[in-house]
Amino acid sequence: MQTTTVVVGAGHAGLAVSHCLAARGIDHVVIERGEVAHTWRTERWDSLRLLTPNWQTRVPGLAYDGDDPDGFMTMAEVVAFIERYARLVAPPLETGTTVELLTRNGDGYEVVTDRGVWLCQAVVIASGGFNVPKLPPAAAALPGGIEPVTPMDYTRPQALPEGGALVVGASATGVQIADEVHRSGRPVTLAVGEHVRMPRTYRGKDILWWMDRTGLHDERYDEVDDIVRARRVPSPQLVGTPERATLNINNLTDQGVRLVGSLAGFADGKAQFSGSLRNKCTLADLKQGRLLDTIDEWADENGLDEEVEPPQRYEPTRVEESPPLTLDLAREGIRTVIWATGYEPDHSWIDLPVFDRKGRLRHDGGVVTEAPGVYRIGLNFLRRRKSSFIHGTEDDARDLTEHLAGHVGARSLPS
Amino acid sequence: MTDTSEPIGLNGVNVEHLLGARTALGETPEAGQFKWRVTNEWLHGTHSKTHVEGYFGLGGEHDHKADYTFESDHPLVFAAEDNAATPVEIVLTGLASCLTAGVAAVAQVREIQLRSVKATVEGDMDIAGILGADPEVRNGFSNIRVTYDIDADATPEDIQALVAQSQKRSAVYDILTNPTNVTVDVT
Repeated sequence: MQTTTVVVGAGHAGLAVSHCLAARGIDHVVIERGEVAHTWRTERWDSLRLLTPNWQTRVPGLAYDGDDPDGFMTMAEVVAFIERYARLVAPPLETGTTVELLTRNGDGYEVVTDRGVWLCQAVVIASGGFNVPKLPPAAAALPGGIEPVTPMDYTRPQALPEGGALVVGASATGVQIADEVHRSGRPVTLAVGEHVRMPRTYRGKDILWWMDRTGLHDERYDEVDDIVRARRVPSPQLVGTPERATLNINNLTDQGVRLVGSLAGFADGKAQFSGSLRNKCTLADLKQGRLLDTIDEWADENGLDEEVEPPQRYEPTRVEESPPLTLDLAREGIRTVIWATGYEPDHSWIDLPVFDRKGRLRHDGGVVTEAPGVYRIGLNFLRRRKSSFIHGTEDDARDLTEHLAGHVGARSLPS
Repeated sequence: MTDTSEPIGLNGVNVEHLLGARTALGETPEAGQFKWRVTNEWLHGTHSKTHVEGYFGLGGEHDHKADYTFESDHPLVFAAEDNAATPVEIVLTGLASCLTAGVAAVAQVREIQLRSVKATVEGDMDIAGILGADPEVRNGFSNIRVTYDIDADATPEDIQALVAQSQKRSAVYDILTNPTNVTVDVT
């Protein structure tokens, strides 16, 4: 089978790319291992809602138009939104088709699936940025009798064994899971490494409204000081709830969650934690302060001070004098370890010389320059700070399909 | 190598060289493999002397400008001769020196002029551990507190951020806050 462009993945990003390709009259096919929005349907826990408010949920050609712009979508609502988008885009779609190999073929590429082989000039990888849980090396040494759970396996607290849980990682995933597991009567110990603290709302507006308006979300990958570091910044401690509540470490300790430093390893049945907890919290508190300073300055310069609530600063993260450095998991009644230590994209099916020594795809803002005609969309800070958010897809899909059109020699249709 | 004849100014840390080294390591990560070495010899009682002469890094051996020596002993209250600082005080010295170097380097990157940087370091220890008197008590420090007094052209928040970032990038801070495998052999 032949086509100009193969798009791998029919989530919001793959569909957005399809929309932009169709607008340029570029022949393509979208290949999806499951059905539309597969990951959103199958790899997310029950209570999860988007971090981004509804008004921000927009893709090229479709924006949220419901009656709750400040609310946060449940996974069922996200799936319904993406299904609606799929009906609108009406892409040439091959569902239930798994891509097994991407390799070169002359000047173009060969995409091998379990239902046939596609030959093409260009490939857009839109298969998600969060496919595989990233576990620390210590995970291999977890003592017997303790159940390891990744956020991809995790569904709801009641599916966990009774007893305590150690949640490793305090980014969005870690704090959200720690909160509901602790509320379920399973006492949580939270291992806290580097994290990003943000209030849900600030001066009466959603924090992401500020990130959007101040231009912080539009900051480009080729404008930041250190893009390698920027791409590794953990997801902010945010949760989308109907109450628009802030979820941070102080809220968790108020409920009785116990804090420890980042997990260093296991020895003799004991978990060992870093003594750096206080500094990790100080770094996040200071960084939050700088973000709020930036917002306040912007509000002042743009004459918004009268329209929004007055500035506010928050209590620093409370850390006990001597947090525990080792815990005997069995003796503490800890039955489960939840690895909220991040995710990685799965590029194992790509047979092209485009990876660095750590196995990361090398690309220039989503343009895989070492394999001309190959593009990536939907990774952290791919082209802009907002790239991994749903609304970040719009600008990235437009930029990358424009580049792709140049590569395949297509002309954009007159508007 | 960066030309060091040009004035570096501000706090006197050649950060351009350090940042250049970080970029270079992206291409040749093996150059980042260092081995730090000291040799130690017993003198008398609990008194010993350590020599620090050279190290391996950037793919080759390097000599220090001089043979640096450090003596160490136990204090009078341990019925020793107190010929020099105790080993645990030298550990605290390492921590303070590492963090202060980091403060200066980070200040240089952030273009903050330092006027004075003073650190006081205090480590808590229950010697029931080293005496073997109580198996529940560890030998080492139970807590270490570092207090900085910094005079610089910066806001209190910026100064706090300097100290926080210095901890984040400090080798000795990491050595003290995380476990390390230690192998001791006899030849």
